Amino acid sequence: MKGRVLAAAIVLLYVLHQDFWYWRDARPLVFGFLPIGLFYHAVFTLVLSLTMWVLVRYAWPSQFSDELGEEGSWAERPTTAGSVSKAAVNPSAEVRPSDDQQGDSER
Amino acid sequence: MIPTLFIFAYLGVVLYIGIFAFRRRSASTEGAEEYFLAGRSLGQYVFLLSLFGTNMTAFAILGSSGHAFNNGIVTYGLMASSSALIIPLSLFLIGTRVWALGKKYGFITPVQMFRDRWECSHIGTVIAIVQAAFLVPYIIIGVMGGGTAFNAISGGRVPYWAGGAIVALVVMGYVFFGGMRGTAWVNTLQTLLFLSFGAIALVVIGTGMGGFRESAEAMLQTPASAALLTRERISPLFFFSYTFIPLSSIAFPHITIFCLTARRVSQFKRTVVLYPICMLVLWLPCVFLGVMANRATDVPEIRQKMEARSLLAVEGSKLAPEERDKLRSTMAGDDVLLLLLDRFAPAWLAGLLGAGIMAAVMASDSQILALSTMFTEDVFAFYGGKRRFGEAAQVHTGRVFIIVITLAAYAIALRSPQSIFDLAVQYAFSGYSALAPLLVAALFWKGSTKWGALAATVWTAGAVVAVAIFQHIVVAPAGPPKVIWAVGGAEVLARTSGGTAVFGLMPVVPMTIVSSLLIVVVSWLTKRPGETTIGRYFKAAS
Repeated sequence: MKGRVLAAAIVLLYVLHQDFWYWRDARPLVFGFLPIGLFYHAVFTLVLSLTMWVLVRYAWPSQFSDELGEEGSWAERPTTAGSVSKAAVNPSAEVRPSDDQQGDSER
Repeated sequence: MIPTLFIFAYLGVVLYIGIFAFRRRSASTEGAEEYFLAGRSLGQYVFLLSLFGTNMTAFAILGSSGHAFNNGIVTYGLMASSSALIIPLSLFLIGTRVWALGKKYGFITPVQMFRDRWECSHIGTVIAIVQAAFLVPYIIIGVMGGGTAFNAISGGRVPYWAGGAIVALVVMGYVFFGGMRGTAWVNTLQTLLFLSFGAIALVVIGTGMGGFRESAEAMLQTPASAALLTRERISPLFFFSYTFIPLSSIAFPHITIFCLTARRVSQFKRTVVLYPICMLVLWLPCVFLGVMANRATDVPEIRQKMEARSLLAVEGSKLAPEERDKLRSTMAGDDVLLLLLDRFAPAWLAGLLGAGIMAAVMASDSQILALSTMFTEDVFAFYGGKRRFGEAAQVHTGRVFIIVITLAAYAIALRSPQSIFDLAVQYAFSGYSALAPLLVAALFWKGSTKWGALAATVWTAGAVVAVAIFQHIVVAPAGPPKVIWAVGGAEVLARTSGGTAVFGLMPVVPMTIVSSLLIVVVSWLTKRPGETTIGRYFKAAS
């Protein structure tokens, strides 16, 4: 249900983006200089940010935190890329240490 | 002279950052993952700012104001607010999944994921080649933008060819040395610079013009300039078409690859929420100033552009195609913002703001690195180079590739007369939008197959080439679209002054729809990958 409401909100935003109702109007000039069509889209952009916040807050894919944990390391991460599949990345890929082992410089 | 010195100082700083990243990195490992993905370790602010900076190319500042100069405020809704909707959404839905799979299976490029997901090898190579072919024009606009910006900021002291060469060399330098880490750090600085640029430029130019109220009112007094404060120069159908263009963002290899650099998936959260705000901060001032440039008739170059535009509108149909092209070239507004700064800002501030413009112009770094990553991972390593010569040789190969691709892009940029904006949109952006269904199919549809992916890729490549040939053969009309093919009164195919229209829509719409249909239909007709492969993907990332 929550997902459907959010999906509907995104569709609604897409429709609101096609604002043909201000197509040929410059007035009113908001703040005395900003044409209404431009002001509308500036406000629309702010609403988008708010919507993204709602998406992140209420529809964040939970499987990432379930499977990855706080640090983002997969418990079942394969030791070689070659073990992924026959036709996968690079069959000769070497063992890569996890992020924690790499001593991340930005952490 | 002062602005030129500012630019040189700025270029020195970014080069130093690249070399600093190189020295810092050499203390740890010299592996491919470190060089090409910064060891999947970027923090949240570097990730947000760098991702945004990576998405913003020369046209974010120069092209947007130039487009607004000739088309009006429609530019913002056309490019900025549509991107502010589609790009964060695609990062939320696709970027996070690509990150998770890359983290789990060690992918460095999207093609590695496609090869694994669809159990294919040479089809992956075809996808890589098509992706690379579409990326080259994007790199070229960076070089062209560098040449244009340097030439304008220096008041013509640095010629176009030299400006392009200097920018190309500096970008090549810090990408060569710093890899992804250096590129991300430089992009972070660049994004901070050009985000500050908009607000400062708005105040400085607004003050110089005596405020915008009078200018806006004056523009409304004449029909020609009043139209620029509305969206009547663009049809609603074209406006709708344009919402397909931001789909290209997530399909650009440098963006998909960049999604793999985040340390944690939670770093996408802030990026998704703040991305629209960044768009607003950068684009609103640039578009508005581009429109207001029409009031700066005391700047000879701007007056010349307006005269060319007017002449093309009135006399265009009577002129020879070459003369029309010349007028289009004259009226191109890619440098209007620079001309406004030159006119209204003091020299030192113009220099500082010029550095902000250069920051946006130099966004081709990530594309160059992405091409190098794709070549070394999807071709060199995949076909045995890494196994035979080792990982260090792979990184060296990547660095050599960076030099080769930069020089090639520069050579092409010198010969290409087309405006920055047209070149980027018509070829690279449309092509990648039509490739976006590949990512959606790989990540969300168990039934997708390698043959479906191949069909969509071949179609996309063919469609882009067909549009390019069509536009080369059929000369752009001066006024209304020239209908080439109509069925029962419906205009199927037309040549417009700016490109091609299919049923009144930009070609990107049918390209993307047909690409999606091909994946669905061909996948239905062909064998799916093994259940083990599908199980790994849809257990982990759906």
